[in-house]
Amino acid sequence: MGVLSALFAGLFAVATVVLVGGLAYKIRLYAMAPAPLKIPTTPAPTTRGGVALRLAREVLIFESLFRANKWIWAFGLVFHAALLMVLVRHLRYFTEPVWAWVVLAQPFGVYAGFAMVAGLLGLWARRILVPRIRYISALSDHLMLALILAIAASGLMMRFVARTDIVALKAFFLGLMRLELRPIPADPILLVHLGLVAVLMIVFPFSKLLHAPGVFFSPTRNQVDNPREHRHLAPWAARLEAQGARK
Amino acid sequence: MAEVRDFIVTKEAADPLELPKLACGAMAASKPFVAKAEHQAPLGFPGELVPNWQEKAIAKLGDLLTKYRSLQVYLDACVKCGACTDKCHYFLGTGDPKNMPVARQDLLRKVYRRYFTVAGKYFPWLVGAEDLTEEVLKEWYSYFHQCSQCRRCSVYCPYGIDTAEISMAAREIMDTVGMGQKYSNEIIGKVFKVGNNLGLPAKAIRSTLDGLEEEIKEETGLDVRLPLDVKGAEVMLVTPSADLFAEPHIQGLMGYAKVFHQAGVSWTLSTYASEAANFAMFIGSYENMREIALRIRRAALDLGVKRLVFGECGHAWRVAYSFLNTLAGPFDFLDSRYPVPQHICEFTYDLMRAGRITFDKSMNDQYRVTFHDSCNVSRASRMGSEPGGQFEIPRAILRAACNHYFDMAPDTIREHTLCCGGGGGLLTDDLIDLRTKGAQPRMRALQQVAADHGVTHMAAICAICKAQFTKVLPAYGFKMSSVLSVHQLVSNAIVLDGSIQARALAEQATGASADREAQ
Repeated sequence: MGVLSALFAGLFAVATVVLVGGLAYKIRLYAMAPAPLKIPTTPAPTTRGGVALRLAREVLIFESLFRANKWIWAFGLVFHAALLMVLVRHLRYFTEPVWAWVVLAQPFGVYAGFAMVAGLLGLWARRILVPRIRYISALSDHLMLALILAIAASGLMMRFVARTDIVALKAFFLGLMRLELRPIPADPILLVHLGLVAVLMIVFPFSKLLHAPGVFFSPTRNQVDNPREHRHLAPWAARLEAQGARK
Repeated sequence: MAEVRDFIVTKEAADPLELPKLACGAMAASKPFVAKAEHQAPLGFPGELVPNWQEKAIAKLGDLLTKYRSLQVYLDACVKCGACTDKCHYFLGTGDPKNMPVARQDLLRKVYRRYFTVAGKYFPWLVGAEDLTEEVLKEWYSYFHQCSQCRRCSVYCPYGIDTAEISMAAREIMDTVGMGQKYSNEIIGKVFKVGNNLGLPAKAIRSTLDGLEEEIKEETGLDVRLPLDVKGAEVMLVTPSADLFAEPHIQGLMGYAKVFHQAGVSWTLSTYASEAANFAMFIGSYENMREIALRIRRAALDLGVKRLVFGECGHAWRVAYSFLNTLAGPFDFLDSRYPVPQHICEFTYDLMRAGRITFDKSMNDQYRVTFHDSCNVSRASRMGSEPGGQFEIPRAILRAACNHYFDMAPDTIREHTLCCGGGGGLLTDDLIDLRTKGAQPRMRALQQVAADHGVTHMAAICAICKAQFTKVLPAYGFKMSSVLSVHQLVSNAIVLDGSIQARALAEQATGASADREAQ
């Protein structure tokens, strides 16, 4: 028991460091790289407020994807919305007392698990059945779907088939957050669920999951359409200008 | 009317966006001529493939990753969702899966992953990472010259990934290792040497302009000037050199001249900046793009003009509208009451709204017109003060100048518009097969509107679109001459104050009222 708890405590410590550190590194990279030219996909908003709205529509309702393909949009939106509900629901295992709005989300969160699986299966079916999408899929694209599906399925099993000692688990995580080691329930489904979540956290900053921070840094979406009104100059372009003689 | 109908559809036109069957490798052999040393040198690129090209290419990719946020984010963010897979006109026209935007990006992405990511360094087989081999370089050369940088894919990508950014980076890398494209690089060299893409010297330009002045005089009875290198003019017009040379471009130039004349604004062309096009954008070279843009600044300063107006050209308007202030600004020496720069359509539209232009629409009655939105104007720029003005303003002009105007299918126009098939530095005879196939979706949309509304002609505001359509229209059952300049239609219908047309209209009007009185 002691060894197992220590193992998982260590695993989650490492996973958290990799996730947070890796994402911070990548976000820094995106933020530091200049966008030397104005390249918003037009028609584009002409104000910062307009850009905020455009990004909000992109992130909340997947506006561009909706225009591209209704099937991918539907499966993708169902999956992401359900994932959000599931994550909210899981906050109860990391907070004491549990926040009121998390309590409210609880009944929806439970069923959102099924919606998540449905969305993932829809996306995977397209990846296998549509020749164009099969053509562009690498092994990692299939494995990512498998990983998240396995996490969802093992989670649902604990809710509807073989319940785990959730009180002990919560104690384990609340302890971990205070850097105290508490015993973890030695329940195989739980351990699989947690192990895969840790893998997902570790893989996150090295994978296409970088689309999550990436969308906020996309110049075609986050730039204001005002090049005639405001001169836009990247630092490296300004240096180039300083070197060259200009009339 | 029947004899000018250029296209008669007997059966239902095919769906412009119809999905092709995947045809792996169908376009693998397509590639443009490679630039020779003399085409590379003026741009500062090596004349042939350098011995350590692999090392240099990877270093250049690393350099670009720190210079362009777009490249860094776009190479990471793609989730292979497939939203873009059916959006590229070259894919729709060829069926080659490497012409799907994501697959085209992956040609660079797999190398990025191999050399710049943890996953690709240690688990290349897992994430599809690959070494930069000679085969990969050949594939780059082929497929990054099958992208017209039209940005249609970027409209639909949930992260806004723009394949144009990727293909520009890839071309810049290839240029850096000595594998440039002859067509674009030779043309850029001509701009540096002579001032324009076509290599037209000042004398040739002047004699063309003289000829046009005579033609307009004959038509209108007025001395409408087409000035060149006139110091102190108010407006400097920067227009694609094709406007001085090719059909139907040159009729557009006559339209600009008439509009300026009617506005009573003094204007001039410049020999030194006798080119609006900026092909350095196509090859992703900031330095060369800046060099060409600076010619416009120098000419404006030299001639002491107060305003900059650009003629009909798609990518030129992107460089002008979106980049000129960055590359060659600030333009604080110009009249701040007007946007810098302005599009000729904005100029004409403003004059229309001020009630200064009269059109005799019947002069265009032999045409039933549709409008081809050029990609760079639609998805990379704007006209007027409102987003989408780039769609409304040219249409407002066409509707004012023509009695018969019809749009093509909604999913093929405005920001959804389909490339002519010749943009992005691909307007060269060595790529004619690709150009013809890539035009298919647009041509089918045209066939559709021809069948539904009897449309006979398509107006465009891009020199490349006009040249490309002239070439490929016959392959789709249209006459070469069924593409028109927007300002050609303006030129046909505008009634200049004091012209023969104005007098005839006035006589008609008095005649008609006399008739009424007699009755």
